[in-house]
Amino acid sequence: MSACTDNDLPAWSLTREAICAVPLPSAWPEPLSRRWAWGDSRGEGVRVAVIDSGIDESHPRLGGAVRRAVNVGRAADGRLAVTEDDAGDVSGHGTACAGIIHSVAPACELTSVRVLGAGLTGEGDALLAGLRWAVQERHDIVNLSLSTTKARFLGALHELADAAYFGSCALVASAHNMPVDSYPWRFSSLLSVASHSGTDPLEYFYNPQPPVEFHARGLDVEVAWAGGSVIRASGNSFAAPHVAGIAALVLARHPGLTPFQLKSVLHLAASNVATSDPGR
Amino acid sequence: MSAELRSAVAAGVLAAARGRAPLLQSIVDVACATFGAQAASIMRYDADRDELVFETVSGAGSGALVGSRLPAGAGIAGWVLAAHEPLVVEDVDRDPRFAVDVAHRSGYVPKGIMASPLLLQERAVGVISVLDRPQRSRFSLIELELLGLFAGQAAIALDLLQCGRLAELALDGSAGELTALASVAAALERLQGARRASAGRLLAALDELVSDDPGTDG
Repeated sequence: MSACTDNDLPAWSLTREAICAVPLPSAWPEPLSRRWAWGDSRGEGVRVAVIDSGIDESHPRLGGAVRRAVNVGRAADGRLAVTEDDAGDVSGHGTACAGIIHSVAPACELTSVRVLGAGLTGEGDALLAGLRWAVQERHDIVNLSLSTTKARFLGALHELADAAYFGSCALVASAHNMPVDSYPWRFSSLLSVASHSGTDPLEYFYNPQPPVEFHARGLDVEVAWAGGSVIRASGNSFAAPHVAGIAALVLARHPGLTPFQLKSVLHLAASNVATSDPGR
Repeated sequence: MSAELRSAVAAGVLAAARGRAPLLQSIVDVACATFGAQAASIMRYDADRDELVFETVSGAGSGALVGSRLPAGAGIAGWVLAAHEPLVVEDVDRDPRFAVDVAHRSGYVPKGIMASPLLLQERAVGVISVLDRPQRSRFSLIELELLGLFAGQAAIALDLLQCGRLAELALDGSAGELTALASVAAALERLQGARRASAGRLLAALDELVSDDPGTDG
């Protein structure tokens, strides 16, 4: 018997003291500025799915950006089914993630995919079904601030992550806050995100030591919450929606970028990557 | 099971059980003191009823909470349990639904909650919560790591507690599979020579089979 921890795995996060510049392996032929990457983009036309506890659509900080809400639940025959959802947010967390994405990319369109609720606790297959639906519905970006520790979902999740990658659907997932093995954030096809301790929502860092590839704001973030409230919250689960929002800005400015190309742009525009950038 | 073996097992189970609940209590007491918090608690996930049960509480609201239950599919603890991720929220009393629900249950409405899942291999067996740490500073990444360490310790202690309860049930004869296992152990004691060796190999194979099972719940 042992706790689900592995001493070889760090609890992913980045302190200010640990931030360092990451040189490019060779001189880049053209500088890439943030002005080029997203400029004055507001995320227009980009569709972002939030797989979480639901979204309080009427929250004033969401500005009517939620266009659709679905729920993964058990049908009468016991199978998981995706149906339209009017339950709002069962915890507040999904609203927080949606609010962060909206604050960064106010013109993007949000979809709530609720995979939490009564009878769904511990069911990694609800997460899988919600993710499959979001990919099949051809969302440009999927924010996934949760994970499963169950290895039996590894194969199916991997297959789905590949399908998203090749289908131009960028999956943005939060790395685990605890030193445990969990999925799907550590897959190479995803954009995996952990927290840094800064306060700028557009400041993010490339991590040259994967599996976590980016660090974004995740501590003491003022977030929308259930019941129309606003609270402060911390955790890697709030870092992922910052990168999802920035990714929406980039995709609105450069429609048609594949996840591979999007990740390359995010790498070169990261706050600690040394491209010549007077517009940063 | 022979009377002698039953007595020996009962003595072992009861002696261990006496130490388990204080161990769990000690963990929340230390967590409370380390974070300078107003209260801390450990909840166990009851998969059969899809509920979280308060197992132990330290500090404010402790009297009324132990044994009380809440739905596992909702709320902050529910998210932590299902998402397998820790979460830290401040000013959560601004959520009117949360404030009414918690005040009704314990009479104490926290402003801040740090919560982490209790993970054992692939299962989330419960949630540890620390309420109202001092607001003297911004929340830090170090505190989040510390919470994770407490969660690892609490997960092991909670699992020990549950194992003890199941053993007690087996001794009461009310848990069929475990009672059968105890009977097999007693029969093995009586076997001699080649038959005992064969039974030992069979048990070793069974042990290997069930130890490889990654589990299905939590």
